Amino acid sequence: MNTSTSQTTSNEVTELRLPENESSRKPGQSSNWFINLFFILICGFIVVPFVLVIAISLSSEQSITQNGFRFIPEQFSFEAYRIVFEVPRTIIRAYGVTIFITVVGTVISLLMTALMAYPISRKDFRYNRPLTFYVFFTMLFNGGMIPFYILMTQYLHLNDTLAALIIPLLLSPFNILIMKGFLDKISLEIIESAKIDGAREFRIFFRIILPLSTPALATLGLFIAFAYWNDWYNALLFIDSDKYVPLQLLLVRIITKVEFLANSPFATAADKLKYASFPTMSVRMAMAIVAGGPMLFIFPFFQRYFVRGISVGSLKG
Amino acid sequence: MDKRKRGLSGIVSREIVHLRKNRELLILAIPGILYKLIINYLPLIGLILAFKYYRYDRGIFGSKWVGLDNFKFLFKSQDAYRLIRNTLGYNFVYIILGTIVALTFALLLNELTGRMIKVYQTTMFLPYFLSMALIGFVTYAFLESKSGYLNQIFVSIGLEPHKWFFETKPWLFILPIVAVWKGVGFSTLVYYAGIMGISSEYYEAAKLDGASRFQMMMRITLPLLKPLIIILFILSLGNIFRGDFGLHYFVPNNVGLNFATTDIIDTYVYRALKLRNDINSAAAVGFLQSVVGFVTVVGANIIVRKVDKENAMF
Repeated sequence: MNTSTSQTTSNEVTELRLPENESSRKPGQSSNWFINLFFILICGFIVVPFVLVIAISLSSEQSITQNGFRFIPEQFSFEAYRIVFEVPRTIIRAYGVTIFITVVGTVISLLMTALMAYPISRKDFRYNRPLTFYVFFTMLFNGGMIPFYILMTQYLHLNDTLAALIIPLLLSPFNILIMKGFLDKISLEIIESAKIDGAREFRIFFRIILPLSTPALATLGLFIAFAYWNDWYNALLFIDSDKYVPLQLLLVRIITKVEFLANSPFATAADKLKYASFPTMSVRMAMAIVAGGPMLFIFPFFQRYFVRGISVGSLKG
Repeated sequence: MDKRKRGLSGIVSREIVHLRKNRELLILAIPGILYKLIINYLPLIGLILAFKYYRYDRGIFGSKWVGLDNFKFLFKSQDAYRLIRNTLGYNFVYIILGTIVALTFALLLNELTGRMIKVYQTTMFLPYFLSMALIGFVTYAFLESKSGYLNQIFVSIGLEPHKWFFETKPWLFILPIVAVWKGVGFSTLVYYAGIMGISSEYYEAAKLDGASRFQMMMRITLPLLKPLIIILFILSLGNIFRGDFGLHYFVPNNVGLNFATTDIIDTYVYRALKLRNDINSAAAVGFLQSVVGFVTVVGANIIVRKVDKENAMF
């Protein structure tokens, strides 16, 4: 029984994929060089800014002061990377924090999302409508930054903890609705027959529902992991010490206000001094590459799963 | 009277039977219910802070009521006007510009065949995957006043270099460009998926009638895509009071001299909370954002439901 049902559900999930077939609506390839050229230019426009960042990180400080930022450095230098890795403690620590919150957060978040989505996806559950509304309402109305900040710091006392980076992203209503959409497709008959065999809801959830929804969980897990990896908002709000600085906050700390400190006529002598102790431009860009780089190289591999999830979620979400 | 009471107790006792029957599923939902209660519903109480003079040592309930003083203060300065103008203005430009660009790209992608479609999509998606904190570095490489690339271009074509971060006007162009650059991959995909959902029978029939590619685009694709365009447009209008904090905080580099054209409600509230320690005006402006934002989202949905019931969120 189990194998055949998992077959049907996974088929249903793959059906939702973005159609890839080339239907008769498509014209011949040769006539479209102009459109291809257009997209090549656009893609260039999209990618080129990143090339500039990489080029700056590979330029020697001297050639930057002489010639400004260049796409092809006058003088190649790995000096910036050497400085970044000379005292690698900060960056390794930041990687540690980010990896920890991403892994732990994603696992807990997936479980909680599925736990919430499953009951409200059951048509025979008496409270599915009020609970769906209960979840959904938080998308429409929220207290905003100030009440949330006061709750987290004054009442839950979570400032400067790893929990402050994990808890806020645990349960997004959007993810619950996507998960519910997937679970809606599991037929009630499987559940009914399991019930006749004497299984309790708890067992049905862990033994039947979760294994059946692995494709959905994989896509959602990816969404959630990216959200944790890229999250700077909660770090900016709740992390003030140096103990639990994730990668994104590290990036924020070395770029914000830098222009003011360096060039403003209003910057005080103390400001200028502060700026002088900042890392140089090439070091800063090297930090950005070291901290953000992995995402640049990993993302093409995950992109198609993302595309699948988005095209399902956004069209019916 | 007596009869009604019996009716009420009847309802209660029947509900208890139902509760017992649905007990197990309800237990599964408990972690989520508690989480939402604490993280999303409890802060709603904090909205009353807009009408209080908040002191950390007294807490939310111990702080003094001050009526509308926080709002008075906010509207006396130019802050409120500027914040609302910037938040609404920028969002409106992002929505219009984003829709036009993404729709154009999706229509053009539809004219292509083969593997290149995937390549273009992947490339256009790149900025979407990166955090705004990182995007701040990319834009900084262009806008830095001494070595920045934009000034180099300006100088090489004989124009005066600018101190971008200390000026106000350029941001009216810079911010929309960055917003579209970051989001275009995503929104193009949404429209492209919408086009892929159109049945190919229409195109086959049009082909038999000898329609040109351009005619098909104008007479089939666009009209059939219209509901999707309208719905996405209205839904984003519903979110017009919610600004893009990351974009407006990292890209202008948090330099006070450009606040006139870069500061939005979200960045203002953050700065008031973390940097100026001025919770009162932040609470007032946050209250406005929550309440008006709620009204616009609900309003947008009522309109969507009138246009097309299928696509309404509720």
